Amino acid sequence: MEDVHISSSEHNGLQLHLCSTNKFKTISIMLMIKVPLQEDLTTARALIPHILNSGTINYPNRKLIKEKLGEMYGATLSADVQKKGDHQIIMFRMEIPADQFLSIPHSLLKLSLDLLHEVVYNPLLENGKFNSSIVEQEKRSLKQRLSSMYDEKILYANVRLIEEMFKGEAYQFPASGREEDIVSLDALSIHQVYKNLLENGFFDLFIVGAFNENEVKSMVQDIFSEQHNNNPIKEISSERKVGNPVKVIQDRMDVNQGKLLLGYRTFSTIQDEDYEAARVANAIFGRFPSSKLFINVREKESLAYFAHSQIESNKGLLIVMAGIDFDNYERTVEIIREQEYAMKKGDFTESEVAQGKAMLISLLLEAYDTPLGIMEVSIQAIDSGLSNNLNDEIKRISRVSKSDVVRAVNKWNLDTIYFLNREEYINECSNLQKVR
Amino acid sequence: MNAVIYKKLGETIYHEKLVNGLEIFILPKKGFHKTFATFTTKYGSIDNKFLLPEKKCITQVPDGIAHFLEHKMFESEKGDVYHTFAKQGAFANAFTSFSRTAYTLSATFNINENLTTLLNFVQDPYFSDETVEKEKGIIEQEIKMYDDNPDWRARFGILANMYKSHPVKIDIAGTVNSINQITKEDLYACYNTFYHPNNMLFFVVGPVEPEEIIKLIRNNQEQKTFSKPEEIHRIFPDEDAKVNRRSSVMNLPVQTPKVFVGYKESNPGRQGQELLKYELSLNVLLELMFGNSSEAYEKMYNGGYLDKPLTFDYTNEKGFGFSVIGGDSREPEEIINIVDETVFKFKKESIKKEDAQRIIKKEIGSFLSAINSPQFIANQFTRYRFNDMDLFDVLPTLENLTEKDLEQVLHLHFSEESKTTLTVIGK
Repeated sequence: MEDVHISSSEHNGLQLHLCSTNKFKTISIMLMIKVPLQEDLTTARALIPHILNSGTINYPNRKLIKEKLGEMYGATLSADVQKKGDHQIIMFRMEIPADQFLSIPHSLLKLSLDLLHEVVYNPLLENGKFNSSIVEQEKRSLKQRLSSMYDEKILYANVRLIEEMFKGEAYQFPASGREEDIVSLDALSIHQVYKNLLENGFFDLFIVGAFNENEVKSMVQDIFSEQHNNNPIKEISSERKVGNPVKVIQDRMDVNQGKLLLGYRTFSTIQDEDYEAARVANAIFGRFPSSKLFINVREKESLAYFAHSQIESNKGLLIVMAGIDFDNYERTVEIIREQEYAMKKGDFTESEVAQGKAMLISLLLEAYDTPLGIMEVSIQAIDSGLSNNLNDEIKRISRVSKSDVVRAVNKWNLDTIYFLNREEYINECSNLQKVR
Repeated sequence: MNAVIYKKLGETIYHEKLVNGLEIFILPKKGFHKTFATFTTKYGSIDNKFLLPEKKCITQVPDGIAHFLEHKMFESEKGDVYHTFAKQGAFANAFTSFSRTAYTLSATFNINENLTTLLNFVQDPYFSDETVEKEKGIIEQEIKMYDDNPDWRARFGILANMYKSHPVKIDIAGTVNSINQITKEDLYACYNTFYHPNNMLFFVVGPVEPEEIIKLIRNNQEQKTFSKPEEIHRIFPDEDAKVNRRSSVMNLPVQTPKVFVGYKESNPGRQGQELLKYELSLNVLLELMFGNSSEAYEKMYNGGYLDKPLTFDYTNEKGFGFSVIGGDSREPEEIINIVDETVFKFKKESIKKEDAQRIIKKEIGSFLSAINSPQFIANQFTRYRFNDMDLFDVLPTLENLTEKDLEQVLHLHFSEESKTTLTVIGK
């Protein structure tokens, strides 16, 4: 097994993670700026990467940035914002062809890092604040992105479940913010938030592809010459809320299929001892087509096409999802909960545990086959504080036992049942109340 | 076994055609963990009318049957194949397109065992009245999931604008009504017609020894008996270059209207290198005319008609082809006007060499990024091969494209009679 190695070093406070490998045809770059979630700043921060990507001092509009990228052999630069645990993450991704495919003598990597730095640190300014026409444009664009969420019903249902589960907490809103916040934001206020981000954000830069590590280290040292905050983020989530009665929420919309979501608190994040046990539990419960949810909701009862569950590693959150006929709400909730109880009672075999572990190890190994997967593995190691050595990671999964799984599952607590129902009025509210 | 070396890409593909007609391709990938395999039949949703092999009579099967069959293949007499793969630590999946049905395998260990399971389950049809009935409920929910997706509905809306009778306009999964007519006899008829090894391709990519894998597949196939390969007769209705409708409006629950401009391919018969050059030229043209560094997009964005980039794509398989440009806009008419103006302007003027080269480089960059993924290679290699093309010829063909090639394709594809528009507005 050829070893893919990730080496980390610090440069002016910025954390650099390099993986030099010949496996890929491109070089991938990702810059992550991480800050604690703050309800009042979420929307402004969501706008920042898009504003930065729209004009810099040397490339004052989007077209000029795109043309510059075009000259750089079709390099791509995209910006995004995410929410993970109790943090908001602003990210920039770049991808360029590997040297052997270029007809130019010099490496594109330095040019790419220069451009990335320019976008992050040298935005187009007017009177010491962001360019107001870019800001207005991006406000409109964000409004549009938020409203198009209504058109994607599964996504919408997911956003609504989170909102209900984490009411009153910073985690309740999507990473891209809230529509009602947009109007009050302007070029000056967003620029303040930006300055604060540069000062207090934690910077991780990942580069995966074929290059000379030492050359790249000195490039980064020279290009990202500003002093970055290097106080590591210790705790990724402070979620420790104890169980309340199950909340049942129903929305109505013009949909053809009901979207049923169950939100559980797992009380184990990537930083907890029993995290791998919780992942094995989810493998048996709902993650795969061989899991209990798929077998019982789909294969046995033909109630759904999709029926699965997923874990948010940094929040201690597990979401079950199924698309069902409106009339099958009660029956489906009942079957899902039966699977949960079966898990809690230990009603599964040793071979299901072995199978779940084998599948997780397989996913881990294949992560090393893609640039993004390698970055993901290294992010997980940063968040967990554990080693990113492949053999250590395999060991952590392998040593999970059936009793570990049972113990982890017994911490799971159903918090909210969310159902996106059809529009017409049918008197079934009384039925909904009964479900517990 | 023969080998084809792609020096610039640093890849070697091994190929063998077995006596029963099955084509095998192996792409070894050193340093990778995962082995990914696809077992694909040249059979998709458009193949709904054909000559039954033994009876020599024409049959028309219910819409959505290729996809239904794909679902049912996962069930054997002994139960669900997902579990066999799970026991072997592997993942299986499948998809159905207009012209292909592919079964995929992803595994990091037990490779020989898993490849054998893939070969065996796809070559072991088992349908009973009861299991066919049970699947209808599941697929009904799949259809309803897509019914809640406005972009998917719009795609078939614009295809219905373009095509009078070609089955490409029918949703791949069919309708709740059509799938309810499917019987186990229909499934066997389709299986027996289209799942002969002679109509199939097996692709393996990963850290494997080509000799060993080909031997494994050969031995597996030699233990099974197949009927003599026969030519498949598919029957398609006549369809000319004119669109069925110039425009239409759909009402769906959307917040912002959606607008689409489509062009129906007037000569969808191209195959081989001719098709490769044509479709790559079209992809470059679409990016040049409507991509996020284009004047058209800048105009739409600055005018406030659009808040995110346009989407565009070109599809061409033997017998049908189309391009679709789309976006979310409160001013759908303005988008249509700018698309029209752009096509007009490009046709009137000549394309600048540096503009063409800039986009060609961009396309090369995105091709290189795409082939980082073994799944992409396996799925796409098969699609190219079924149309007599070679996926790895994309790189040299792109490198050799000129602005003259683009201009030629521009005039062939974007014509007034092949254009149609679709607007989706909120209910």
